[in-house]
Amino acid sequence: MIDEPSTEIECVVNGESIRARVPFRQSLVDFLRHGLGLTGSHVGCEHGICGACHVVVDGRVVRGCLMLAVQVHGRMVSTIENSQPHRFVKALQESFYQRAALQCGFCTPGMILQAAELLQRNLAPTRGEIRDALSGNYCRCTGYQAIVDAVETAAQTLRLQEGETAVADIGHLRDDNQTSLHS
Amino acid sequence: MKPVVFQYRNPKTLSEALALLSEYRDDVAVLSGGQSLMPMLNLRVAQPAMLVDINLVNGLDAIRCDDDGVSIGGRTRHNDVLRSAAVAKNLPLLTQAMTHVAHEAIRNRGTLGGSLALADPAAELPACTVCLGGKIVAASVDGERRIDASDFFLDMYTTALDAHEVIVRVEFPRFDPNWRFAFDEVARRHGDFAVAGLAMAMRCEDGIVVDARIAFTGVEPMPRRLSDVEACFIGSRLDEPDNRIRARTALCDTLSPIDSGEFPPAYRVHVAGELLERLAAQLANANSG
Repeated sequence: MIDEPSTEIECVVNGESIRARVPFRQSLVDFLRHGLGLTGSHVGCEHGICGACHVVVDGRVVRGCLMLAVQVHGRMVSTIENSQPHRFVKALQESFYQRAALQCGFCTPGMILQAAELLQRNLAPTRGEIRDALSGNYCRCTGYQAIVDAVETAAQTLRLQEGETAVADIGHLRDDNQTSLHS
Repeated sequence: MKPVVFQYRNPKTLSEALALLSEYRDDVAVLSGGQSLMPMLNLRVAQPAMLVDINLVNGLDAIRCDDDGVSIGGRTRHNDVLRSAAVAKNLPLLTQAMTHVAHEAIRNRGTLGGSLALADPAAELPACTVCLGGKIVAASVDGERRIDASDFFLDMYTTALDAHEVIVRVEFPRFDPNWRFAFDEVARRHGDFAVAGLAMAMRCEDGIVVDARIAFTGVEPMPRRLSDVEACFIGSRLDEPDNRIRARTALCDTLSPIDSGEFPPAYRVHVAGELLERLAAQLANANSG
């Protein structure tokens, strides 16, 4: 590709600083997969319908097929491969496994990243809110019921964890002979 | 499913962006949120020689309120409009409509200016902008100009915007507390393009409708205010069932529905009539409450 117009970009992907030359017309998901070997983000429809290519850019879930690689210059990208996943992603991975919320797994990374964004905003979503948040993610195997179950389960787990954290904080304060929580 | 080769620039200032648009005006596309342009590039429906990315330009995503109304930057992401308290307070129609715009990840990138510039006949935001009487502010190397929403949408995917212009903001007027707003649509799946959608605003004094603004999406090639339908409501009570029936008849007489796509025109008109009655009833209840 001698005449392929390209440019140098620098970004952080899953905590690692990356420097790479990318063609202008290369999508973000193609760069992650072919340039960096991160094949967890999947290429389904390539026109923004299926949600299999979801990745997180600067804290927001985006379609990896509808952003250019050149647009992540100077930005933080996180994929399902992140070795230090957000605890919401971890809880969802566990609950998807427990509730058998996947068969072929093609849609799962996109589902999990989108569900994690929902739970960060709303830790007690209704089933309707879960369906709304995942309405841009297609699954052709499960019929979605188990996926909604799994997101509910993860939300419950995370609420319990938050409760435990609060209890642990109280214990810590008591150890310090503090009797009130006004701080 | 990959775009053809294009040149790409991502200027940091508006003046640089406008200069590029002027230079390449015959074969250029503005990349804002990219949620429609990128699919068109991927499908090779669009093959511009130059892509001018405005995502690094500062100041295009501000939401500002003053005595005159609310101004929303052209590159403001849909989810930022949806979650803006100022928009919810002053332009609740926009907040309601935004919940119907595509899906989370799309709303994280897609922009108000992008949606207006594309002018998809089934998009929510053009109809809302027409309903609310917004002014679309377009900038070019020659300066700024304000275009009334009623003059902006010319046909399907066709607007009054020139190729070397970019939408920098949309100015919405202030609405006094007597205004009530409602938006709803019918789509196969929530977030998909609408069979029909309706943006409705009514101003009532002592229970009597004194002003009405009605615009549909998905029914005609482009949104417009339906003055014949609006007139059916003005001067009487909103909960007057006869007016709804008259308005529905006027609606059937005035609509020129899209004669393509997967739904027959008569069905779009039927859905539009249902929405008209449903939202009028909803606003009547909101008033009495």
